[in-house]
Amino acid sequence: MSPMSDTVQGFTNVRRSRWWQRGFFSSQSAYVLVALLLVILMMSFASPNFLTPGNISNIARNFTFIAIATLGITLVIITGGIDLSVGSTIAMTATVTSLVMNGLNDAQFQPFPGFSLIVSVGAGLAVAALIGLINGLSIAWLKLSPFVTTLASLSIVRGLTYVLTQGRGSYPKGPDKELFIDITAGKVFGYVPLPFLYLLVLALIMYIVLHHTAWGRHIFAIGGNEQAGRMTGVKVDRIKVQVYVISALAAGLNGIIISGWLGSAPANLATSYELTIIAAAVIGGANLAGGVGGAAGAIIGCLLIEVIRNGLILAGIDPYWQLTLVGFIILAAVLVDRLRSLRAG
Amino acid sequence: MALLELENVTKEFGAITALQGVSFTVNPGETVGLMGDNGAGKSTLVKIISGIFAPTSGQLHFEGSRAYIHSPGEARRLGIETVYQDLALSDNLTASANIFLGRELFWRLGPLRFLDHRAMNARAAELFAELKSETRADDLVRKMSGGQRQAVAIARTRLADARLILMDEPTAAISVRQVAEVLSLIRRLKEAGIAVILISHRMPDVFSVCDRVIVMRRGTKVADKKVAESSPEEVTALITGAKEAA
Ligand SMILES: Nc1ncnc2c1ncn2[C@@H]1O[C@H](COP(=O)(O)OP(=O)(O)O)[C@@H](O)[C@H]1O
Ligand SMILES: [Mg+2]
Repeated sequence: MSPMSDTVQGFTNVRRSRWWQRGFFSSQSAYVLVALLLVILMMSFASPNFLTPGNISNIARNFTFIAIATLGITLVIITGGIDLSVGSTIAMTATVTSLVMNGLNDAQFQPFPGFSLIVSVGAGLAVAALIGLINGLSIAWLKLSPFVTTLASLSIVRGLTYVLTQGRGSYPKGPDKELFIDITAGKVFGYVPLPFLYLLVLALIMYIVLHHTAWGRHIFAIGGNEQAGRMTGVKVDRIKVQVYVISALAAGLNGIIISGWLGSAPANLATSYELTIIAAAVIGGANLAGGVGGAAGAIIGCLLIEVIRNGLILAGIDPYWQLTLVGFIILAAVLVDRLRSLRAG
Repeated sequence: MALLELENVTKEFGAITALQGVSFTVNPGETVGLMGDNGAGKSTLVKIISGIFAPTSGQLHFEGSRAYIHSPGEARRLGIETVYQDLALSDNLTASANIFLGRELFWRLGPLRFLDHRAMNARAAELFAELKSETRADDLVRKMSGGQRQAVAIARTRLADARLILMDEPTAAISVRQVAEVLSLIRRLKEAGIAVILISHRMPDVFSVCDRVIVMRRGTKVADKKVAESSPEEVTALITGAKEAA
């Protein structure tokens, strides 16, 4: 590259920043990715079972249990919001899906194969969307704080799940049960969990939407300077409602997948998952102050948490250490980012 | 025919009367300076014209017909663009993303619309070249100097085919050299037949580019004179209240 093309329109004092100072390479996500690769390297030396196809397959499945919800919540976090109700939404969606499937089975209503699957999953996701809609409208229109609003729905939705099931939980059954298990817990090519493929497709769509559509750009704009967004005609309130609906839908989808793998929808499913999910998003580089985050970061954050959990188990270390370690990783990730931005001025 | 006409505009924020019966006109292509002490109501006036606030009472006319500007989008449709005092930029976006915020350029794939990054960056770079500003289209605003931010905010207004550009203290936070750039830009807007309302605390700015100066004091208009028929001394006296009105 000639020295001339390294500057702007001949202004020699405006130097283009180097590739590692720009874009993904300068983001927290990139640093955490490096940390993740180091952890994987260490684990593979420490335990011969770590990099086996079976264990990799397990990791791919387990981290999918929170990763789809993490993609959704990342959108909320980019706008500067938060969604504490994702754990409860996971449980509620799994429960509704399972109950509807039971109901159709009891009624012996199956006009065509797959009917009860489509209706029960549709019902579960519709309830999830409704939870997100109520969160979003309270936040965007009533101007309630995202933290308080979703703290309330965390409690309300979990309570309703217990009420619906009398605390007993439910089991998907009926003519489409096999199909339900296949699409939620199935594997392709022997090792690749289907939900992992869903995750990859959703992450790719999210990446494209965030970086190549006006809607995605407006999400970043709202997180960066909401007032500026309003002044320039960005539909701030509508977009806020939409991201809460998407966050709830992503959580709901995660709930359906977990219940398929468990073969049941316990009422206490995913209790306190919101903390792991938010931690994964933050470790992956989403900034709770808004304006920063992405699909790759969300996945990297989830993967790091799962790899460490998996590694602790393989190493025979008390898995209760996991929670403590996740806390330290959050601090470390945020600290590294802080030091870096201090140095960059 | 006047481009913009304000008739008896009053704005109250609860108990505070920010504007009291303000009337004036701006003609096509005219550069009008708006001066006054802090809290005189200048920013409020600009926000009413740009659709951020609705007046409590009074009327606006644009190009001869009654205008109801209840949103920034509405103002923009009429051809009114604004550079806000607080600049209204998103720090986490690039210069070009800020310039095109809310009016992005797309390429189409069937019914889908995707951001045309290349076209937006190219157009933004052109605008910066026009402004003679050393600002990169794909740099994050977070990393920019006050002058560069100003250039981004001004470049925004150049996207559309504006009839009137409102500038709230565009020279308040920038270097001397950039002030000269902004002033020469305002002269270029004038050559292009675009009217400008320039809020400024700097007497030399107003006297070097404006045709007319309007002085505000505690929410009322106390003077509205051709610059050629006034002087910095008179305007200073009007601002401070040493001279009641002119
Ligand atoms: N959003 C608002 N809410 C309440 N009062 C406001 C608001 N905006 C401006 N004001 C008040 O209106 C008056 C005029 O303010 P402003 O238009 O910002 O003055 P200037 O731009 O001339 O310094 C001030 O007393 C200010 O405190
Ligand atoms: Mg002001």
